[in-house]
Amino acid sequence: MSIVAAVVPTDFTPPGTEDFWIPLIGEGAWAFTRASLLAVISVGLLWWWLHATTKKRALVPSKGQMTTEAVYTFVRNDIGRDLIGSKEFMRFVPFLFSLFVFILINNLFGVVPPFQNSTMGRIGFPAALTIIVFVMYHWLGIKKHGFMGYWKSLVPSGLPKPMVPMIFFLELITDLFTRPVTLALRLFGNMFAGHIMMLLFIGGGWYMLTNGGIVLPIAGGVTWIMAVVMTVFELVVEVLQAYVFTLLAALYIGGALADEH
Amino acid sequence: MTGNIAILGYGLSAIGPGIGVGLIFAAFINGVARQPEARGMLQPIAFLGFAIAEALAIFGLALAFVFRS
Repeated sequence: MSIVAAVVPTDFTPPGTEDFWIPLIGEGAWAFTRASLLAVISVGLLWWWLHATTKKRALVPSKGQMTTEAVYTFVRNDIGRDLIGSKEFMRFVPFLFSLFVFILINNLFGVVPPFQNSTMGRIGFPAALTIIVFVMYHWLGIKKHGFMGYWKSLVPSGLPKPMVPMIFFLELITDLFTRPVTLALRLFGNMFAGHIMMLLFIGGGWYMLTNGGIVLPIAGGVTWIMAVVMTVFELVVEVLQAYVFTLLAALYIGGALADEH
Repeated sequence: MTGNIAILGYGLSAIGPGIGVGLIFAAFINGVARQPEARGMLQPIAFLGFAIAEALAIFGLALAFVFRS
């Protein structure tokens, strides 16, 4: 370690969780943070986008209308119809569409220049969305099968008797704990980790460019090239995570409505 | 060298899901390549398996930050 320490100055502070806490107004639990501001902006942007592209609807669509329709068709057919089933999916499409575009635009804020901070990098936002999905699919399941019937429907029929309590217990843990926790943490973790990676590459590159002798600035330049690559990778992950979240929400809703598991 | 061993825990917990997710999507791609019309049926199964397999890595990431201090 001493050789490395002699070459590399050690006062570099790596990015951490504290880089995500950016209160704008107030402080503490009720502070209005940068993430809150971005969420408000995203809703404004969504309103403007949907309003502008669907105000003058035409049989031969304009470019804007075509984009909106493409996104809507994707959510309706590839997520809603495939996962909930062609009988009942239509009443969930508005919910799934709002979920998808809201998450997508907030994720994209992670790389789009004036914003550059993904709202979903704060656990509160994915957690709130997950609570909506969680309450919704349990509510739908209980409404469909009845309170006792819903818990019974967790266990697949035709199982040998001794297996039933164990499988029921496992399914209960999956339904009440694993599903909501992973749903929220997946989105949060991907956005958070991706942002930290970018902070590390850009911050570390800057540090090496400004603090090294001769060799380190070259490494710093390479790091910045990697930062560009990571940004493109982030873009892919952001779209994918919006898709995965919506898909899993639809999957859970479809599972609760299905006749048997 | 300073740091926290919890981060190593995250690295360890990511190995299994990494392999698992790879296997799931390999099987999914195989299935679609053999029978392209089965895609709609296979996709939800693949993503459900992916979601379950990935859970461990996500818990690892969360716990890495929980036990960091």
